[in-house]
Amino acid sequence: MTATDRPPVPEDLEHVDNDQHPVGHGRMLRKEDPRFIRGMGHYVDDIQLPGMLHLAILRSPVAHARIVSVDTTAAQAHPKVKAVITGADLAEKGLAWMPTLSNDVQAVLATDKVRFQGQEVAFVVAEDRYAARDALELIDVDYDILPPVVDVRRALAPDAPVIRDDLEGKADNHCFDWETGDRAATDAVFEKADVVVTEDIVYPRVHPAPMETCGCVADYERVSGKLTLWTTSQAPHAHRTVYALVSGLPEHKIRVISPDIGGGFGNKVPIYPGYVCAIVASLVIGKPVKWMEDRTENLVSTGFARDYVMRGEIAATRDGKILAVRTHVLADHGAFNGTAAPIKYPAGFFGVFTGSYDLEAAYCSMTAVYTNKAPGGVAYACSFRITEAVYLIERLVDCLAYDLQVDPVDLRRRNLIRPEQFPYTTRTGWVYDSGEYERALDLALDLAGYDDLRREQEEKRARGELMGIGVAFFTEAVGAGPRKDMDILGLGMNDGSELRIHPTGKAVLRVSCMSQGQGHETTFAQIVAEELGIPPADIEVVNGDTDQTPFGLGTYGSRSTPVSGAAAALVSRKVRDKAQIIASGMLEVSVADLEWTKGAFAVKGDPTRSVTIQDIAMRAHGAGDLPDGLEGALEAQICYNPSNLTYPFGAYVCVVDVDPGTAEVKVRRFVAVDDCGTRINPMIIEGQVHGGLADGVGMALMEMISFDEDGNCIAGSLMDYLIPTALEVPHWETGHTVTPSPHHPIGAKGIGESATVGSPPAVVNAVVDALKPFGIRHADMPLTPSRVWDAMQGRPTPPI
Amino acid sequence: MQVPAPFDYERASTVEEAIGLLERLGSEARLVAGGHSLIPMMKLRLVNLEYVIDINDLHDELGYVRVGTDEVRIGAMTRHRELLESPELGALFPIFADAEKVIADPVVRNRGTIGGSLCQADPSEDLTAVCTTLDASCVIRGSGGERVVSMADFHRGPYETAVEHGEILTEIRIPVRPNGSSAYAKVERRAGDWAVTSAGAAVWMDGGAITDARVGLAAVGPNTTGIPTISEALRGQAPSDELFARAGALAAESCSPVTDNRGTADYKRHLADELTRRTLRLAVERIEAGIAGDQRGGS
Repeated sequence: MTATDRPPVPEDLEHVDNDQHPVGHGRMLRKEDPRFIRGMGHYVDDIQLPGMLHLAILRSPVAHARIVSVDTTAAQAHPKVKAVITGADLAEKGLAWMPTLSNDVQAVLATDKVRFQGQEVAFVVAEDRYAARDALELIDVDYDILPPVVDVRRALAPDAPVIRDDLEGKADNHCFDWETGDRAATDAVFEKADVVVTEDIVYPRVHPAPMETCGCVADYERVSGKLTLWTTSQAPHAHRTVYALVSGLPEHKIRVISPDIGGGFGNKVPIYPGYVCAIVASLVIGKPVKWMEDRTENLVSTGFARDYVMRGEIAATRDGKILAVRTHVLADHGAFNGTAAPIKYPAGFFGVFTGSYDLEAAYCSMTAVYTNKAPGGVAYACSFRITEAVYLIERLVDCLAYDLQVDPVDLRRRNLIRPEQFPYTTRTGWVYDSGEYERALDLALDLAGYDDLRREQEEKRARGELMGIGVAFFTEAVGAGPRKDMDILGLGMNDGSELRIHPTGKAVLRVSCMSQGQGHETTFAQIVAEELGIPPADIEVVNGDTDQTPFGLGTYGSRSTPVSGAAAALVSRKVRDKAQIIASGMLEVSVADLEWTKGAFAVKGDPTRSVTIQDIAMRAHGAGDLPDGLEGALEAQICYNPSNLTYPFGAYVCVVDVDPGTAEVKVRRFVAVDDCGTRINPMIIEGQVHGGLADGVGMALMEMISFDEDGNCIAGSLMDYLIPTALEVPHWETGHTVTPSPHHPIGAKGIGESATVGSPPAVVNAVVDALKPFGIRHADMPLTPSRVWDAMQGRPTPPI
Repeated sequence: MQVPAPFDYERASTVEEAIGLLERLGSEARLVAGGHSLIPMMKLRLVNLEYVIDINDLHDELGYVRVGTDEVRIGAMTRHRELLESPELGALFPIFADAEKVIADPVVRNRGTIGGSLCQADPSEDLTAVCTTLDASCVIRGSGGERVVSMADFHRGPYETAVEHGEILTEIRIPVRPNGSSAYAKVERRAGDWAVTSAGAAVWMDGGAITDARVGLAAVGPNTTGIPTISEALRGQAPSDELFARAGALAAESCSPVTDNRGTADYKRHLADELTRRTLRLAVERIEAGIAGDQRGGS
């Protein structure tokens, strides 16, 4: 099928609305795009300050070694070098180690050992970035090579070298154990089940690989004692607090500014040693210092994602009622546990591995280990490990369908949670807020023409052609989170918002989340516009500057709209409440006699007597009297604490063709039906979905951070770590249903990561379905041609 | 941003000047044409040079596709895009367009050159396989004059060619033989990636029989001889799936792939077989359809 004769999808028909200027929710072009498409975005690397110096980091060439000596004499002698700092130098200041977001510690610069290839060993500060880089080659480090731990399955072997001998009494590579669900109840259900399917499923290590790498400019002003840090951060406020706690600088003397960010996907949540190095350099030298990592540094040293080795089991009746799911996970956390997740959730939200199904029991046990690989853990648009959870359950359901010889759609339909069961408490304790799952599934099947596709597949199979149809249904859990349950390093996961209406009725909204391309300047203006009737063009959205915005935990885990978006709506309503009192004075009626139509208050029963929000704003700042007890100005602030997470969901259908001779996979079609509750800007939602789907195709077919047996990372460039291009992805066919969240002020649920979560199992299910004639029930990602061919030969597809 | 080690830059505006600069600056000088191999290696500091001699001004002198009676001459500075868009080349040797469509991406093709590709001598490089398939020869010029070498002699091994220091590849010559056609196929993990394996085939026919055939492979070990056993097996035979299968088996036997991130050795060997069969079949189909290849003297 070609692009021209594909079935029309609803969104295509909506494109004509692109020129609309909705005062509120609706399709409109992004306010931030004119500067981006003209190349006028302003990123960290665009920051130029007088006297600014440049920092470059020397990294370990090996995965595991004891540092015998570091000789910096030649580098110090370079005419353009201002400073060379080693781990020993930092240790003197008590700064050689820093806390991670998971209460572990991570070396800023290695002192005793290097524990992964690419680890930070020393840094140079020089007059320009070329000299800084040149001087790195003048540093002589003597390493005593140690055997590395590369294979997560070997990490707990009795003879495995101990990586974290810095931790007192540490005699193995065990990181933590974690469990959820009811083990005894689950075992009992498995005992009595007609059918049990077991599959080993690997979610390989992947990388967010944002277009802009990480970096910062640190500027410590000695006179004022103020540190300003321009940085690639998805969470400027959280970073500021951590810097204050680590460095001892008072928090009010630290200003963190995230300018335009060229993609984050979770990669810019952690605090990396490079940021700390730049801060130390500026403190020591008294000049602004810039550090921008290069592509290789980004790929080999910053926050990876996934790396879960899972054994999944699913129990069912013979006629296809799923009873229980049980899994054991071996989690590779790299050399330091740098997982960015709410502190009580060491496995993130993996506990939602029960998926979208009504089960009798579920249990998961997890063992996390240290290996000689880069730290990190949760990153890459995964909603705190839901990507892994959804992949596991959606693969298991397909494996069960394979064994039961039933259509995977019928099996899913039979077991989906029904609308009347919401709010639904899962067997692992998550309270899904709302859902109409079957409606979304039906729409996806309808858009895809599922029955026709199955007929086509049957004909093709008869001719020896390999066509596969993959279906995945997912439920996300986003918008972390309620402060009673969720914090990061003790900071509650709440977000503030401040709204100020100027005398002329223009507005500025200050939010604590931080856009990395999501379109916050538009979406958040539309949220305020919907509540106050002020056109989005008249609303400036400020984010990313801790001196300009209220405290909050930032943007990741699809939490911007669920948390900050709620704050923006509620702060608008607070302003509207005050506006109503002012209007009652202006119209000389009681508050109760006023009626709000978007943008104006009118006297009930007499629409000719009304005042607009702009009139009210002028009055609030004017010389005239205000109702008794009311202060001037029209502004408000709020801190929003969500009562629950929100649970977006979706149904995806992927169609692939596999070349029987070369084993190449072509994704022919992809239909994505998403339900993210109330839709604020459908165009932005579709853009987020498109990007996430491309991510998912990439992970399913080509992406993997791999290592050789010596611990060398062999994915250190974009020629080795492949991300998909326009040629690998089809025209996306999107649709939607709307099931509002009952507890969110505007019913919105979040969309940023849905497609990344839902698409990998859809693609893999499609490829495995295509290979059904070969008797294949499962194959591990990434499904490169070579690995698909291996599967066709009946060989296992372990990580390379 | 990845930054190279310090180096000096020179710019040559004639072939003679480039040769003179190479001789004067010594072995730490390298020519840069399109720069899509050398510059990334310099940025990664895999290659550290004292001098880079930019020869892009030689495009006027060495950027051409000239069709003669017996051969086609391609200037070494001819860019990928020009090869892709050349109607003469497309008509005579469809293998070029097949290959160029899957070499890197438009940005690289706008800049990269055939000479640079051949001189880089990457074992996965596509144009080396194309030129091998077409039995091309290479013109190398130094201060002592010109010499012409076959592809087998030109390509000495991975990243190594017959071009000595102080010399420059100036032209690629491809013999034109009657009633032939050609094809190229490549398996890659993603558009723009190096080949997992690729194969080129050229076939010449007379009536219903194959008079000659050549196959060139890339990314499966050194192979610059066009696999003579395949040529021998096909000569005088009528094309058939069985014949192509025999050729494929010979291709698989005569290559020496290694396992890496792109694929296992077994898979690459399988592809050598599969792609050899596919390209031979396509080349024959093109002759039979009369839509491409040189039809002079043929049916």
